[in-house]
Amino acid sequence: MTTVAPTTSGAPTTPGAPRRRFLPRWRDYGRPRELVVRYLLLLFVLAITIGPLLWQLLASLKGVGEDVFGSNASLIPHHPTLRAYREVFDQVPVGTYIRNSVMIALLSIASQLAFSTLAGYMLSKPGWKGKKAVWVLLLASMMFPFESIMVSLFLSIRDLGLVDHLAGVWLPGFIGAINVLIMRAAFLAVPREIEDAAMLDGAGEWKRFRYLYLPSAYGAILVVTINTFISAWDDFLWPLIVLRSEEHFTLTLGLARLQTSSFGYDQRMVMAGSVISVVPVLVLFVITQRWFYRGVAAGAVKI
Amino acid sequence: MTAVRTMPDGEAPPTAPAAPGAPAPQSPGRMRRALKAVTPGPTPDAGGAAIYRRWWLPWLWMLPAIVGAAAFGVFPFLNTLVLSFTDAKPLGGAAGFVGLDNYTRMLGDSDFWLATRNSVLYAVIVVPLMVILPLFLAVLVEKNLPGIGFFRSAFYTPVLASSVVVGLSWQWLLADQGLVNTWLEKTHIIKGAIPFLSDSWLILLSAMGLTLWKGLGWYMIFYLAALGNVPKELHEAASVDGAGAVRRFWHITVPGVRTSMMLVGTLTGIGSLRVFTEIYMLGGSTGGPGGADRTLPFYIRDVGLDPLSGNAGYGAAVSVALFVLTLGLTLLAQRLTKENES
Repeated sequence: MTTVAPTTSGAPTTPGAPRRRFLPRWRDYGRPRELVVRYLLLLFVLAITIGPLLWQLLASLKGVGEDVFGSNASLIPHHPTLRAYREVFDQVPVGTYIRNSVMIALLSIASQLAFSTLAGYMLSKPGWKGKKAVWVLLLASMMFPFESIMVSLFLSIRDLGLVDHLAGVWLPGFIGAINVLIMRAAFLAVPREIEDAAMLDGAGEWKRFRYLYLPSAYGAILVVTINTFISAWDDFLWPLIVLRSEEHFTLTLGLARLQTSSFGYDQRMVMAGSVISVVPVLVLFVITQRWFYRGVAAGAVKI
Repeated sequence: MTAVRTMPDGEAPPTAPAAPGAPAPQSPGRMRRALKAVTPGPTPDAGGAAIYRRWWLPWLWMLPAIVGAAAFGVFPFLNTLVLSFTDAKPLGGAAGFVGLDNYTRMLGDSDFWLATRNSVLYAVIVVPLMVILPLFLAVLVEKNLPGIGFFRSAFYTPVLASSVVVGLSWQWLLADQGLVNTWLEKTHIIKGAIPFLSDSWLILLSAMGLTLWKGLGWYMIFYLAALGNVPKELHEAASVDGAGAVRRFWHITVPGVRTSMMLVGTLTGIGSLRVFTEIYMLGGSTGGPGGADRTLPFYIRDVGLDPLSGNAGYGAAVSVALFVLTLGLTLLAQRLTKENES
């Protein structure tokens, strides 16, 4: 597959490898025919994966005079305008939706981070009674798919008087066992020797947790933050069950509602709303890309 | 100090998903024992078995997690079991014990069986595709070509968008006047629009397509890490022996990532049984014409949580059925994995 003699590492033709005198040339990447096929395939998949989302973005920029649907609709807006974005804020309480979504996301992140680090820390420590029981409880709590306990969850939320409250959306997911496990794994990786040194210096439990363990586990903290944000931001079923009045709607609920009552609304506005919903996640992704991928790895633990 | 230890959790590749459950990498070690001997002062037993003289201290740290896991994980399940023998109403009021009524009603409820069929069908169709398609993708983006990072990120993008947003997008693509039908008509492949969003079978299939499309990027990344563990030498040796790309894929790549494939199969199987939003977005709030496309979660919400006509007791019984199905699937997957390994 590769054109160079096999090196010790498995990486094929690393661009800019020190042994090479020249910048990598195209043929270093493989036979021309194979390369062309590869790029054609890549472009094909690219069109499928981001095509629909791109189309959404382009349609949201169209003016009133341009068709979104039908045989007369062109892909590219001829007179790009932000009118739809202005209107979606004017005619629909998108600002309120966003505020609600942000509120739930921030609450979830705060509680998840605080409690999963505390619990993960203690679980990574030996020598206290009952640890095994707690461990079993955490694992057991992950066994049940949300959909199979949501009826009971709703009744609990009802009994707490939190139906149609943002707190009711947040509460059942205020701490996730999976995140405790992620934090525990991260804390276990901190070398004992360093903690022992800190102990010799007289650092107590809290000090060691705060100034030694937390900074060491920033990767896991980021993963937990990202996972929590995405699941809170993108969640649909649970907010749909708990929330009733429009003033409490999250962005996903508002968007779905916009669509079901679509006869009254301009398609371009709904698309603008969709774009608004995706952008924060996309920005976060661009900034912290590799941690997203780590999150995929962590997600596998769910089994 | 922090620079020494980077990304402790992330270092574990997806192929080692059990990392958090694994035992600590090292026993406390000699140094701890040595320390214990020399450490004077307030914590003479530091490093030993009983670090916490105040026994409740660890419990205090664990308290929120314990409350969360108990109140919103284990209790709801037990409560669901109890509820399934009652006629509780979603908005309150007295709940009476009805014995096995909910279960007998369920067995004779054709809508329940329809929802079960839809959910099972979903898993049967989505799982094989979701196991193999992302693997193709991962192989495609594995090689470090110029611009490959961009392609990887772009393929991952659908994962980031909420199901509602991608559902909206697909709704417009598949509408009678949507992009897909327009293009097919323009190129004279079809005459008259394909009723993607009004025929119950096509809605179900479209929803499956949506699930696949949204999950591709996620499992691609998942496989990408696993591919790193397949020895390159094998590919090179096979290449020398004249094996083409297709044969190398089936005979080297696939066996090399078999464990990951089993895991992906299990995850997507459980995921298929949880499908709700896709159906809601493409089939509308009724779940297809006459509710014909409702999946089990959809049906639970309809019968159990409707503020007016809902019966939480019956919803709980269907929830138990969903749980049993999920459990069965998990056990099946475990068994297959074991057979696979031996």
